[in-house]
Amino acid sequence: MDITTNYLGLKLKSPIIPSAGPLSEKISNIREMEDAGAGAVVLYSIFEEQIEHEQFELDYLTSIHAESYAEATSYFPEPFDFKAGPEEYLDLIRKAKESVNMPIIASLNGKSLGGWTEYAKLIEQAGADALELNIYLLPTDIHKSSNAVEQMYVDIVKAVRSSVKIPIAVKMHPFFTSTANVSQQLVKAGANGLVLFNRFYQPDIDLEKLEVVPNVLLSTPMAMRLPLRWIAILYNRVNADLAATSGIYNASDVIKMIMAGAKVTMMLSSLIKFGISHIADVITEMKNWMEEKEYESISMMRGSMSYMNVDDPSKFERVNYMKILHSYK
Amino acid sequence: MERMKVTIDGNEAAAYVAFNTNEIIAIYPITPSSNMAEWCDTWASVGMKNIWGVTPTVTELQSEGGAAGAVHGALQNGALTTTFTASQGLLLMIPNMYKIAGELTSTVFHVSARSIAAQALSIFGDHSDVMSVRQTGFALLSSGSVQEIMDFALIAQASTLEARIPFLHFFDGFRSSHEVMKIEELTKEDMKFMLDDDLIIAHRKRALSPDNPVIRGTAQNPDVYFQGRETVNPFYNACPSIVQKQMDKFAKLTGRQYKLFEYVGAPDAEKIIILMGSATQTVEETVEYLVSKGEKVGAIKVRLYRPFSIDSFIDAIPTTVKSIAVLDRTKEPGSAGEPLYQDVLNAISEKYMNGELKFAYPKVVGGRYGLSSKEFTPGMIKAVFDNLDQSKPKNHFTVGIVDDVTNLSLEYDPDFSVEDPQTFRGKFFGLGADGTVGANKNSIKIIGEGTDYYAQGYFVYDSKKSGSVTVSHLRFGPKPIKSTYLIRKANFIACHQQVFLEKMDMLQDAVEGATFLLNTQVPKEKVWDSLPEKVQRDLIEKKMKFYIIDAYKVAQETGMGVRINTTMQTCFFAISNIFPKEEAISLIKDSIKKTYGAKGDKIVKMNFDAVDKTLDNLFEVPVPDKVTSNIKLQPAIQGDAPEFVKEVLAKIIEGKGDTIPVSKMPVDGTYPLSSARYEKRNIALEVPVWDPETCIQCNKCVMVCPHATIRAKIFTEDIVKDAPPTFKYTKFRSKDYGDNLLYSLQVAVEDCTGCALCVDVCPAKNKKETRLKAINMADQLSIREIERANWDFFFKIPDIDRRKVAVSKVKDSQFLQPLFEFSGACSGCGETPYVKLVTQLFGDRTIIANATGCSSIYGGNLPTTPYSTDNNGRGPAWSNSLFEDNAEFGYGFRLAIDKHNHQAKLLLQKLAGDIGDDLVSALLNAKQKDESDIYDQRERVAALKQKLNDLLAANTNGKAEDFKHLLSLADYLVKKSVWIIGGDGWAYDIGYGGLDHVLASGANVNMLVLDTEVYSNTGGQSSKSTPRGAVAKFAAAGKPAGKKDLGLMAMSYGNVYVAKIAMGANDQHTLRAILEAEAYDGPSLIIAYSHCIAHGINMATGMNNQKAAVDSGYWPLYRYNPELALEGKNPFKLESKGLKIPFKDYAYMETRYKMLTKSHPELAAKLIKEAQEDVIKRWKEYERMAAWEPEKAN
Repeated sequence: MDITTNYLGLKLKSPIIPSAGPLSEKISNIREMEDAGAGAVVLYSIFEEQIEHEQFELDYLTSIHAESYAEATSYFPEPFDFKAGPEEYLDLIRKAKESVNMPIIASLNGKSLGGWTEYAKLIEQAGADALELNIYLLPTDIHKSSNAVEQMYVDIVKAVRSSVKIPIAVKMHPFFTSTANVSQQLVKAGANGLVLFNRFYQPDIDLEKLEVVPNVLLSTPMAMRLPLRWIAILYNRVNADLAATSGIYNASDVIKMIMAGAKVTMMLSSLIKFGISHIADVITEMKNWMEEKEYESISMMRGSMSYMNVDDPSKFERVNYMKILHSYK
Repeated sequence: MERMKVTIDGNEAAAYVAFNTNEIIAIYPITPSSNMAEWCDTWASVGMKNIWGVTPTVTELQSEGGAAGAVHGALQNGALTTTFTASQGLLLMIPNMYKIAGELTSTVFHVSARSIAAQALSIFGDHSDVMSVRQTGFALLSSGSVQEIMDFALIAQASTLEARIPFLHFFDGFRSSHEVMKIEELTKEDMKFMLDDDLIIAHRKRALSPDNPVIRGTAQNPDVYFQGRETVNPFYNACPSIVQKQMDKFAKLTGRQYKLFEYVGAPDAEKIIILMGSATQTVEETVEYLVSKGEKVGAIKVRLYRPFSIDSFIDAIPTTVKSIAVLDRTKEPGSAGEPLYQDVLNAISEKYMNGELKFAYPKVVGGRYGLSSKEFTPGMIKAVFDNLDQSKPKNHFTVGIVDDVTNLSLEYDPDFSVEDPQTFRGKFFGLGADGTVGANKNSIKIIGEGTDYYAQGYFVYDSKKSGSVTVSHLRFGPKPIKSTYLIRKANFIACHQQVFLEKMDMLQDAVEGATFLLNTQVPKEKVWDSLPEKVQRDLIEKKMKFYIIDAYKVAQETGMGVRINTTMQTCFFAISNIFPKEEAISLIKDSIKKTYGAKGDKIVKMNFDAVDKTLDNLFEVPVPDKVTSNIKLQPAIQGDAPEFVKEVLAKIIEGKGDTIPVSKMPVDGTYPLSSARYEKRNIALEVPVWDPETCIQCNKCVMVCPHATIRAKIFTEDIVKDAPPTFKYTKFRSKDYGDNLLYSLQVAVEDCTGCALCVDVCPAKNKKETRLKAINMADQLSIREIERANWDFFFKIPDIDRRKVAVSKVKDSQFLQPLFEFSGACSGCGETPYVKLVTQLFGDRTIIANATGCSSIYGGNLPTTPYSTDNNGRGPAWSNSLFEDNAEFGYGFRLAIDKHNHQAKLLLQKLAGDIGDDLVSALLNAKQKDESDIYDQRERVAALKQKLNDLLAANTNGKAEDFKHLLSLADYLVKKSVWIIGGDGWAYDIGYGGLDHVLASGANVNMLVLDTEVYSNTGGQSSKSTPRGAVAKFAAAGKPAGKKDLGLMAMSYGNVYVAKIAMGANDQHTLRAILEAEAYDGPSLIIAYSHCIAHGINMATGMNNQKAAVDSGYWPLYRYNPELALEGKNPFKLESKGLKIPFKDYAYMETRYKMLTKSHPELAAKLIKEAQEDVIKRWKEYERMAAWEPEKAN
């Protein structure tokens, strides 16, 4: 039974990829992912803003009290060899490449165009097989039009594309006015793959402290419906590999996504919940299902339930929503 | 061989040679030597090698005594070993120094010479410490400049190996140790050339070894000890010529020829000065000037002071000499003269007696100069020469001060200058936090290393830890710089903070035609009008050029925040035209890369941006020809201050302390309390403002305020009838103190440092705008006048009757007047809230023994004193003895107090018939458990005193002596609270032995350990309190060992009250522990988590770090009360819920941990894991202890 797939030009032994997150901070975890059957791994995201912040913080907090008082002209040892930039991340890429055979996909969240290209180059030089662009722009400016926002995405992809040769995927969010059109623009700008969808951090309010607080929740199985729809809609209509992420917990989720048109499916919440070995369970379950249903390969099923290939494409459209609502009456 | 020119300070120069030529380096921090040890530790942490390709082992000991012991041991085992120290540290090494010398052991100690604490401690430079070891048998070699420090460090190393006599290489603390100079750096080949391998092997062969065993360090008796002591004579006789030989060898290598006694000046000089240390430079500069004017003067620089070679010394004196002034940088009260003076007299006399003197017996006088880095200038040197012109020159004189008591001082002309006009002289006034000193250090390096100029930088800091003013003194030019004194004739002055213009006479030292650069936010069109009258006048009369820059604008636009260093540095280069503009910018950027490269590309870019944006904002302002301003310099102190404050302390604040005559100084180092309140520093840009509507009156802000600038009072309605219209108050929510009371929370905005800890801990939020709390930061300047009036009114509102206060509640306790206020501690200090709380609770009957460290500096550093008195004139009596003996010092307090109390009671009993049985009985049996009891006892004592005075006046029964004695002891009938306060450096390391002993004594003392987990005062060196995985100086690669559990060790005695507290985690627990500790009639130990700038945290949220430390289980809150054990209960109560968050979630809030992940990521991962295991293990142990049920166990 062939569960290999091809994503971003990379041959993967399975369609399951642990998505960017804390699990990939450790080489031992990355090894375990490969052993469990992962086709590749997306390393946790490197945030240009965070690196910048860490550098500023380190510089500020180690120097702000210096040279103020005769007895203590400084409060920390002189830094000689700080890895205050992205070196730690680049080291992880290098070590991951040395440790496993599966492709290593780096994930980058830039702040400035210069940052996007600079870090992309460094990531490529460190040996990453591909790069996922984790573009996280929250358009809070009421004067900025949707066109302008979309153009920022396109500019980033173009800039990165022109600076590296490795394949790049864009992790999209679902809040564009015209998701399909933006997808097309991103692909034209140079994206080899689209990852659907990014889950934005949603803050909460602490009623006791009257503070806005981070509230990171693991994705629920329901979350997969949104990417499922859009993968189905975009399959074979944009010239890029599609990756599904959000709410993928078990083999049936994986199979559904592939049927919708995904080349790969990405998991994180389920691995945090059940452990990395969950990948092996999902693969076993998937193989069992394929055997039972007599699928020889996952390529057989890919896109079989896509917008293009289902009997009634409108079921992926808004009209479907109307029907559901009416069905409650 | 080509040698590099480097621009470094004296400490680095010494450390460089010491590191390269030793195998073992035993260290301990003490100012101003700590930097030498820090350099070595840092170099070792990155694997740098010595000249033999080995990384020296750098190890910190628990004290200088310990370091000396380790050095002795390593030397006895054949390793090339060194150490660095100063002042009291050197004194602690004396016992081992005798041993090391007595055993003829080769080593070099590098000492940045410093004053010894006498009537007061001083961190600054003189030779008091070095002179205290001249009897040990160590050779004493003196350097006078940064170049000499590097050179002599090597010459000493070479000499000690050949002579077998240990060397103490010394140079002046701060003036040389911290002076940045351009020097020629010795190469490793130079060092190899100078050090003879055979001698190193010989040193190694003298090691104790079981393969060739000997014993050394025997005990000897009257029959042979004396002879044994005399065996070393040939070595001492040979030593001077060995040193000269090494100096000659060194001269062939480098071209720099040194002599044991080096004469400079006219060959036919009739008047000479003899001295050593950094002042030799200034004397040489002055002598050259005077000789050029035709004067027959000269000077002898003493290099090798011990062994003192009489022959070499006499040979160095020109035969034309008629009079000699010997200058000592030390004081030996009661001696026949200071040491060098006596040596000179002795040498001349001996030669004279032997008929070997080649010149007529000269007049020889001795004088003292430069104690504690007191300025020593060409004017003073001229005065010394002029004194020699007198037929009867003043002997045992002083120079540099006004001694109007014993009239020993020489008058001098402060304007006498010998500065070379070609030498650039710039003074830069900055604020500690704005990066001025760092920028100037970089500038001097740029000039030193980018030009052929000679360059010198020296930096002066004030005595405050927050809002301190720094003055950088930069000289450079084509001629060698020998001016080892501050700049008094400046051709460039930069003021980096406009607010200074109203506080100090900024341009008084500017010469005609000088340039003035001002950082101001006032636009160039209006800036003239913003200048004080004196500044305008100086600009006009001195025909100065005037430039302005809005450096804060540039800093804000480029992300630099409050740091204007790069911008001001760029301005300096742009104006001074040392380099063409493009080259200057390129050199600045190269320097930025070097300085910040290790901290990341973003930091480099940010500084580059600041450079690029500077020139667009730099303007020359035409100087009008008329003074238009009415703005006057602000007085140093405000309010109706006592005479002493006005006459002495105010002058110190104004920077005119040098002019205070001897007669104005206390004879025994005793100072009055309550002076900090007169020094309105106005250093906060933003201060807290109270919102009575939102406030819930919890008083948490009052409790955490490190500087006691937020106070709460409750009072009756009639009080406010005279209040200023802007005075804020509201109804007091509680009825515990009566009905219809009012509550006010007032901020002393002129004393506030703007730390914002109060805002962070405020639990009350404005319901309409949650970004606002009941206390919020606001611009200080716009409310300064209003709030000054409000504070003055508030301060006069009567304090609460202490007897009524429920002191065990946080809210209530904060109505008690703090008797520790407005200290010079860091903004947001984590220590001072505890100290303040102790003074609130017991301050009117407290005596504090304070270990040297942060708390002794913010508690007892001149000019002003934060400890203060209440309306009855009572307050904490405070003293600092040493670093190492604080527990014993405080124990002594207790012994004396108890003895006085005992004697008073005996006298009471003896005189009961005279005094009255009822009063005596009440006095003897008073419980004094709470404030009411204390109050009542004080009333009784007052009655007793009245009675005794009456009896004395009557003087009828011949018991006057007893009455007088009882009168002098009566106050000891009121309970006294002894507090022994210090940091972890004291408690865990240097003072641990004493602390342990005093705990074991059972004495009723309270020890408060302000645990910052590093030696904060000296710059954050590791102590045994430093946690595993944290980076500190002396633990640059992260502390590999876990923190000592001092509390657990103390609990093992069983009769010691022990508590671990963290105000930020649980203020109620803190309060309860301090109350219980004080009430416990025995020893108590409180270990208080004190967040600190050395943790690399945002100090405004320091209390959150405390909470996180507790939540992680790292800092368990507990109380161990032996009284519970007496009741058959478990004395140990664990009172925090630990392990709520992983240790790393707490640790990585702090740079001290986080930076290791950037420098040694793998090691950081290992240590953080081990640290987590430490936490869990300790927590489980504590849980087990807390779960013990004695009833069941029995």
